[in-house]
Amino acid sequence: MAQVTTTQQGAQYRRSIIWEWITTVDHKKIGILYLFTSLFFFLIGGILAMMIRTQLIVPDNTFLGPATYNEVFTMHGTIMIFLAVMPLNAAFFNFLIPLQIGARDVAFPRLNAFSYWAFLFGGLLILSSFLFGAAPNAGWFGYANLTTLTYSPGINVDFWIFGLQILGIASVASALNFFVTIINMRAPGMRMMRMPVFTWMSLVTAVLLMLAIPSLTIGLVELTFDRYFGTLFFEPNAGASVVLWQHLFWIFGHPEVYIMVLPPFGMISEILPTFSRKPLFGYPFVVYSGIAIGFLSFGVWAHHMFAVGLGPVANSVFATTTMLIAIPTGVKIFNWLGTLWGGSIVIKTPLLFAAGFVGMFTIGGISGVMHASVPVDYWQTDSYFVVAHFHYVLFGGSLMAILGGIYYWYPKMFGRMMNDKLGKIHFWTVLIAFNMTFFPMHFLGIDGMPRRIYTYPDGMGWNFWNMEESIGAYFLGLSMLLFAYNFIHSLRSGEIAPADPWDGRTLEWSIPSPPPAYNFAVVPTVTSRDEFWEMKYGSNEQTADQKTNLNPTVEDERHIHLPPPSYFPLIAAGGLLGMGAGMVMHGDGMAVSWYIFGAGILVLAFGLFGWSFEPNH
Amino acid sequence: MSDLSQASQTAHIEEAHATTTGISHNKLLMWAFLGSDCMFFGSLIMTFMVYRGKAAGGPRPQDIWDIPYTSISAAVLLLSSLAIVLALTYLQRGNERAFRIWLLATAALGLLFLGGQYYEFTTFYHEGLTLHSSLFGTTFFVLTGFHGTHVGIGVIWLLSLAWMSKRGKIPASRAEMPEIVALYWHFVDIVWIIIFAVVYLIPYKP
Repeated sequence: MAQVTTTQQGAQYRRSIIWEWITTVDHKKIGILYLFTSLFFFLIGGILAMMIRTQLIVPDNTFLGPATYNEVFTMHGTIMIFLAVMPLNAAFFNFLIPLQIGARDVAFPRLNAFSYWAFLFGGLLILSSFLFGAAPNAGWFGYANLTTLTYSPGINVDFWIFGLQILGIASVASALNFFVTIINMRAPGMRMMRMPVFTWMSLVTAVLLMLAIPSLTIGLVELTFDRYFGTLFFEPNAGASVVLWQHLFWIFGHPEVYIMVLPPFGMISEILPTFSRKPLFGYPFVVYSGIAIGFLSFGVWAHHMFAVGLGPVANSVFATTTMLIAIPTGVKIFNWLGTLWGGSIVIKTPLLFAAGFVGMFTIGGISGVMHASVPVDYWQTDSYFVVAHFHYVLFGGSLMAILGGIYYWYPKMFGRMMNDKLGKIHFWTVLIAFNMTFFPMHFLGIDGMPRRIYTYPDGMGWNFWNMEESIGAYFLGLSMLLFAYNFIHSLRSGEIAPADPWDGRTLEWSIPSPPPAYNFAVVPTVTSRDEFWEMKYGSNEQTADQKTNLNPTVEDERHIHLPPPSYFPLIAAGGLLGMGAGMVMHGDGMAVSWYIFGAGILVLAFGLFGWSFEPNH
Repeated sequence: MSDLSQASQTAHIEEAHATTTGISHNKLLMWAFLGSDCMFFGSLIMTFMVYRGKAAGGPRPQDIWDIPYTSISAAVLLLSSLAIVLALTYLQRGNERAFRIWLLATAALGLLFLGGQYYEFTTFYHEGLTLHSSLFGTTFFVLTGFHGTHVGIGVIWLLSLAWMSKRGKIPASRAEMPEIVALYWHFVDIVWIIIFAVVYLIPYKP
């Protein structure tokens, strides 16, 4: 990895590899940190999934007790959503967006480092609950008043609250940063409608994060006040509404679904054209339908609450908006099919995952439209049918695309190729095992098997499919181990990757793999969509510049200004961790808790002031 | 360092900060943050509206309100917006001393507002309104307290600016930094107009 030696200050910061990574403000390194951290969390979430399936493999099983089972499914959901899929997307935001828009870094490099450290510490705070035998156990949605002190007296919920608060701060900071980066740091000529679709979808996602996370944050603040200071937000005896939390949570929670799936939409829209050798079919439709999805996603939250009893008018309105959102999503499916249609298709691992995504996501989308109908939802709600639905959109959807994205951009990130043959085996085994695991959940749900139960009696007719699903889940776990092997082994022994291994279309392929610290020796001037493709095959005057980008001279580097490294983001994020840990300890009644909380505030303030007054030129 | 190299360095930094839209990163960040902050306040105001008038267990709003008093403190906060506009104008004209004076005046008005809020909170507390007396107490203190925290952060920021200006770090050419703080300050004032109307002015059912 190239050292940041391009400023005069560079030399004095060159201490050790670890120090370099701790103080880095380089978006590519931060992206790689996000990638490794979230893959680690993904592994833990996967182990929890294996535990769930082991418990359910036979009726009346005693592998996990009911209390442990609550912790395991709560943590599985929380980890997979907040610590795996969201930060995996963030890994791609970080690594790719500046490269795709022709920038040398993000708008606020230190804020970016802060987002990563806050994400790491928030995740560790939630995970540390296992060490104290007090893992969150009220579901990833944490419905109040189930989570108020009356019904959840332990500190399990406190870990969840403060972990999520820190993660929320990390997400909002990162979203603001990428919003400004995309709007404000595009290379000359990179108009909005020339941006790569991944960047477009990331922009929509950033706006969703900025507007959706606050609702969760305020819900958590209210819950904190109820648990710590005796307020009455969720106290029905005082006249409080029992659905207030559900509204606050799902106003966040439904946009959250699109926060997890829009960046994968973008990845698919990059992979399919590359391996079809033709431009994305209907680029403006893909972009505008992405914006439409983002807009509509704020108007559908109550479909998570059909069974609550909001009344026929509210239910009808939200059923209608939910069905409406299927239209822009369906438009995209046809755009992707149209991209493949008539293309000179090259079958490589990323393409397989992208095609798999389109198929699996469509199944998840269809079962989603089923729930949009209120009477159907009454039948399916809280059953395994819903579990099948959201695993089809999140695993078959988001995660499939992310895996494809990893295979596709791995050469750019690490300068080496992943093994394509192993990748294809991985794809087919994932596809088969995934469907073995989750498709029968549709049947079980229609047969009436409820979600979140830790076991079921014999003789319900559920035995066969549960056994089959668990076998599928183990198979899926093994398949992911194959991916882990391929990923780790290729870091050292993979084939050396050229700058442009897939004959790509966007700017990130026009620079060396891995890219130098400054990304572009010469900032490109963009003249069209699929700029790099045009450089290679179109009539374009950029070819000379293009060569400069691949073979920068040393003299070039010395004139490029890069932000110096900084440890203040780490300190500020550490302050947040102290505050969160102090609050959790207070929930446990420890006397030192306020001192730790206070120390956290001081550390945060020190970090922020040091950051503000640190010279950054 | 010769004048020439200094000039070229300045040009270099300015070039590095050229943006696509022509708006600086910092200012765009503040606008985006304020959009996000609307949703923070929105969620709290929504909670207040859902529970509006649920005062069983403690004093009712109409029993403890002192509308003239709160109107004056609202006026104090709104005047601070005028003060920060004057501060910026003086800085843009190159009068750093007048800039600092009006900056400090803004901070002082903000502190006066906070003092007024402290007095109001303690008065209400003595009249029996607490965080856990009723849903009205819960939502009132958390919503107005959240706004007060925003004012407090703004005051710290204004004082930091005044201190930096004193050390000569904010010449007229860097007037954008206080301008961004002013954006935040105006936003906090505007939110108070909404909160004041929703919480105090719209009559409660007897």
